[in-house]
Amino acid sequence: MSTKIASQEMKALHFNPRKPAMTTGDRVVGAVSHTALTIWSLIVILPLLWTFMSSFKTSSEIFASPFALPSQWRFDNYVRAWSEAGIGSYFLNSVIVVGSALVIVMVLGAMCAYVLARYVFFGSKAIYYLMLAGLTFPIFLAMVPLFFVMKRIGLLNTLPGLTLVYVGFALPFTVFFLFSFFKSLPHEITEAAALDGAGEWRTFFQVMLPMAKPGLASVAIFNFLGLWNQFLIPVAINAAGPRVLSQGLAAFAGQMGYAVDFGALFAAVTVTVVPVLIVYIIFQRQLQGSVSQGTSK
Amino acid sequence: MTSVKAKTLRVGDGASAVVVPDTAPPVYKRRRKPLTFDKVSFFVVFLGLPLAIYLLFVIWPFIQAFGYSLTDWSGFSPDQNFIGLENYRKLFTDDIFMKAMGNNILLVIFLPIITIILSLVLATLVTVGGSSKGQIKGLRNSSFYRVVSFFPYTIPAIAIGIMWGQIYDPSGGLLNGILTSLGMDQFKSYAWLGDKNTAMIATMFVIVWGFIGFYMVLFVAGIKGIPAELFEAARIDGAGRFRTAVSITIPLIRDNIQTAYIYMGILALDAFVYMAALNSGGGPDNSTLVMSQQLFFTAFTKGQFGLASAMGVVLAVATLIFSGLVFLVNRLTGGDKDVSL
Repeated sequence: MSTKIASQEMKALHFNPRKPAMTTGDRVVGAVSHTALTIWSLIVILPLLWTFMSSFKTSSEIFASPFALPSQWRFDNYVRAWSEAGIGSYFLNSVIVVGSALVIVMVLGAMCAYVLARYVFFGSKAIYYLMLAGLTFPIFLAMVPLFFVMKRIGLLNTLPGLTLVYVGFALPFTVFFLFSFFKSLPHEITEAAALDGAGEWRTFFQVMLPMAKPGLASVAIFNFLGLWNQFLIPVAINAAGPRVLSQGLAAFAGQMGYAVDFGALFAAVTVTVVPVLIVYIIFQRQLQGSVSQGTSK
Repeated sequence: MTSVKAKTLRVGDGASAVVVPDTAPPVYKRRRKPLTFDKVSFFVVFLGLPLAIYLLFVIWPFIQAFGYSLTDWSGFSPDQNFIGLENYRKLFTDDIFMKAMGNNILLVIFLPIITIILSLVLATLVTVGGSSKGQIKGLRNSSFYRVVSFFPYTIPAIAIGIMWGQIYDPSGGLLNGILTSLGMDQFKSYAWLGDKNTAMIATMFVIVWGFIGFYMVLFVAGIKGIPAELFEAARIDGAGRFRTAVSITIPLIRDNIQTAYIYMGILALDAFVYMAALNSGGGPDNSTLVMSQQLFFTAFTKGQFGLASAMGVVLAVATLIFSGLVFLVNRLTGGDKDVSL
């Protein structure tokens, strides 16, 4: 009994200083802040909601009133966008290309960062700065010659070619980010592994890589967003190849001037937006954590 | 750190004498070891493979671009004549390219400033908008705002462009629908992207819309990294919210702001995808045309690869000058003198 009372007293004591009376100034600031942030949230959400709603309308309904709910929820817009406009196959191509590029760049990037961070040899600094140079130069500069490099090695307009180029351009960021991660892992661990008889390969895959997991997860998220959003590379070196999502979406929107099917266009945009949005909502904690991690280095 | 050392000793066990003198960095010990298959294969695969891909697909094209920019190559003919700086002369006397460059400069000035100011304000509201008594607190439900603000960053830029293209649509778009329903009938069929007075502003708004949330999250992380005692000390000294933001928050997340400025500036110098989606033809009177669009058109439609490469070089030089300027301004205004935490 007495302990209960005591704990209640403690609670009261504990809580009082934490919940101070709000002053009028606080309330005003709070109200203004909430209003500003609510307006901003509406500016973000309304276009998305409108796009979603319009994806169920016919073109004439869209033009009649931008606000009215669809007279009936037309899923045929989605069917047309998915199969006739080819969004389905573009989506699949994107998943294949981005997925494999992501796996390759994570493995190669981690390897390269590991070697550069943990071994001192002639030219290691130069290689590191060469990687940094890739981050600072605008990707546009490389597009024209890259077109001919791809043509010469026969990978122009192919998905494997696109994947390799994605790997190349995502590599500097990956190495740069993971470099500091591997640098910070204590050397004693490598020694312990070596004493236990692990070779270089085993040390990396069984000891170091698992320890770098948090860093790997952050980089993977950023690379995924970056590659999924990539537009210029596929448009430049995969113009006649099997289209990826962003490219296909642009082509579909480009045709719209001739055959007006706005419902299907909105459906195509929705199909592009919603999956990533859902993944983001599920993983938003990790992602926001990785934003702070990625910039504090 | 200490726990790791203890572990090493335990692993070393009897042979601890070998492990203890770890004053000399272990890297030197490695060098003397003979080359084994394990080691050679390790270096070839771990360093050689990524480097080969990187050099072939990234560095080599960058280098080639400089070379091509000095030729009159059309891309499909075998003849490639060295013409020196002729391409550059052509560019700087080409009104359309100069117009595009002007638009890029406009973007590079306004986009970063607007984005950073707005996202800083929102980040400040979220982190220190709470009660002014007791502990420093953010607003209630602030995580909701953060999650929502980040939405646009997850959307592919081309989808953002297409979506906003429809929102700006003169007759069926959301924006004119809202404005007319608010009684502003002059916007009944106003073409935001079709009028050269508003095309650029409307386009900038879309880009800002896409990035505020990302920088807001970045700044929130920066502000959260500042020790609460600093804010409390300022509060005890009688600093108000605005004063705290200006004298404590901004100087202490200065590096984040500089990074944001450079990223946003590089984006402004490119801006290809937004422009292609919103006004692929360059906008009314070329009011939204940017250098990257002109480059793409010159290379892949007109087939003037030499000239297009020169445009790429101009773009690269502009990017380098811009980054250099940001660093310089930051240094001149005392960026490195500030206390860093």
